[in-house]
Amino acid sequence: MWSQLILSGIAVGSLYGLVALGFQITYAVSNTMNFSQGASVMVGAVLCYSLNITLGIPAWLAVPMTLTASFGLGLLIERFIVRPFAEGGSNSWLLTTIAWGIILENLAMVIFGKETRGYPSTWAEQPIQLLGFGVFPVELLIPVVGLAVAIALRVLFTRTLLGKALQAVSESHTTARLMGIPVERMIALTFGISTALAALAGMLIAPVSNVSSTMGTLLGLKAFATAIIGGLGNPWGVMMAGIIYGLVESAAAGLLGGSYREILGFAVVILMLALRPYGLFGQAQVKKV
Amino acid sequence: MAQNFGDRTLFKRRQIIRGAGGFGAALLLSKVAGCATTTDSGAAPADSEDTVAASDGEPIKLGLVAAITGPSAVSGESITRGLTLAMEEINANGGVNGRPLELVIRDDESTPAKGVAAARELIEKEKVALVFGGLDSPVSLAMLPVFHELETPYMGVWAAATGITRNGNDPNYAFRVSANDNIVDSYLLRYAQNELGATKVGLVLINNPWGESNQVGFEEWAPKYNMEIVGIEKFNDGDTDISPQLGRLQDGGAEALLMVANAAPSAVAMKSLVRLGWDVPVVSHWGPTGGRFPELAGQEAADRVVFMQTYSFYDDQSDLGQSLMGKLQEKYDVSGPQDVIAPVGTANAYDAMNLVALALETAESLDGPTLREAFYNLPTYEGLIKTYDQPFSPNNHDALSEDDYILVQWKDNQLVPFQG
Repeated sequence: MWSQLILSGIAVGSLYGLVALGFQITYAVSNTMNFSQGASVMVGAVLCYSLNITLGIPAWLAVPMTLTASFGLGLLIERFIVRPFAEGGSNSWLLTTIAWGIILENLAMVIFGKETRGYPSTWAEQPIQLLGFGVFPVELLIPVVGLAVAIALRVLFTRTLLGKALQAVSESHTTARLMGIPVERMIALTFGISTALAALAGMLIAPVSNVSSTMGTLLGLKAFATAIIGGLGNPWGVMMAGIIYGLVESAAAGLLGGSYREILGFAVVILMLALRPYGLFGQAQVKKV
Repeated sequence: MAQNFGDRTLFKRRQIIRGAGGFGAALLLSKVAGCATTTDSGAAPADSEDTVAASDGEPIKLGLVAAITGPSAVSGESITRGLTLAMEEINANGGVNGRPLELVIRDDESTPAKGVAAARELIEKEKVALVFGGLDSPVSLAMLPVFHELETPYMGVWAAATGITRNGNDPNYAFRVSANDNIVDSYLLRYAQNELGATKVGLVLINNPWGESNQVGFEEWAPKYNMEIVGIEKFNDGDTDISPQLGRLQDGGAEALLMVANAAPSAVAMKSLVRLGWDVPVVSHWGPTGGRFPELAGQEAADRVVFMQTYSFYDDQSDLGQSLMGKLQEKYDVSGPQDVIAPVGTANAYDAMNLVALALETAESLDGPTLREAFYNLPTYEGLIKTYDQPFSPNNHDALSEDDYILVQWKDNQLVPFQG
């Protein structure tokens, strides 16, 4: 039974990690976050479903189309939902992104419908037997994709010129601007990446959990918790925190029963914030006044 | 704010009162607006042209509060069809005591508060003699006090919560032609024991009042059949993998699973079973039959589950069944039993409308208490689901019993009678 718990935990946890990376990347660069990440997960799943299943576009084309569209959506979110409200250090972007998430969810209800739809996929039909426990192929893919994305982000930030520019922006907007770095464009880029990551998570979860307009809400919240636990500092920490959170949930459900899953999961979040407010893998920040 | 003193506090308080008044007014307005929109939808399905022509007296109004929009909209449509077809037949035969029946429909959007407001409005403003209920147990349970207070009978045609008919009210105004969770639980346990030879069962329940209602039923009946409940696993709508919970039932030695949840969560449970590679038989309440279960769970997993129903339009049909099928085909563009959406809603509603008409005839009055008493003295009625011989008594407000339930399963995306 333990192997089943661990595997199920890792699969779900990688998903939290993937969405949480979206929170991490925008926060690292611009000190803002997109609280409509949960809705973006749903947009990814619904869009891919509409392209692939409803319109019959093959998956190899539908997936990049969805990612591109989501990247574009991220740019729009930054330009119209975040930037005008983050100017002058205001925190209004927090509320506007939440509001945008609710709008997206209700738009999906109107356009896509309120009914849950199944996403037929060969990736989630026959489970693979591994050490005596079953797992759908797509669930093995989720951690692989999650780790690959975390590595790619790490490389992007530390080994490329673009990454250096992003780091410079995260240090100081003014200095970066003086160095000729297009600060606004860099920030917009992180929102594009962040929304595309959420959409990617949505497409990965769709074959196992089905597609509906409300599928992203709780996932977005848990991903945010994960990002906080991991410490918003580095992508590795966030990904690891996601997997740990998934394992805690899975263990709670398996050992105590499903009613305790959310109770224990979120209790761990509160405990973590009390013990290590800067996150599991983060470092205490010294705020110079 | 609390630290303010003297005039300032008074001013604040006045402001707050004024604000609250405004809020109340806004609430009232939104309610009125809500009623107005649902009135529109009520006009459409009741085919008044045909019906009023049948008899000349002033129409007898009957209400329906059901989910006309939202995720359970299919149920509202199927109930409306059953009620309308029965009503048209009754009106074509001269109505009730020379007066035609008229159906007034209100949408509860699966929300208890909307249902309560609609029930009150139907009784007080529309002066309906009786209110039919829809799919959602929480809505029907919430409306009960209104029926009790306004002394108007309620006829349930879908919602199965035990407490709807067994509500402890005296006099009890709630009647039902549908399943009762408590009876369903006994039925599912007996099936698991007799047909599957199971002595140990695991419960897989949705984490809401409906799951709760069935947990009580299963726990009441299992000891009476000498069956052991090895585990009770609850899960939420939106969970993506419940294999850890199901693994507990497997370790507990469950020989059959009894499942209570709607289509989407049930599908997640079935996928988790596939993951575990555990081919345990699954016996289910009727929740998944109201949605796209085979699409969500996958054909193979869906075919493994056996569900309870009150009626199936497949198999040999009685004369009445054939005639009703004909009318469904004619009026609703249904090509065969595979096209009948949510068949239990239509079947239950059809029989319920006929029983209500008989009660109105017997009572010779629209007075609530008189009509309520009349349900205990109905003449025998040969209905669609069965022949109703004294279906209601002061101790039993459920017209259907365990003997009237049937088992079905999915085959090629269709709900067909269980073949054994």
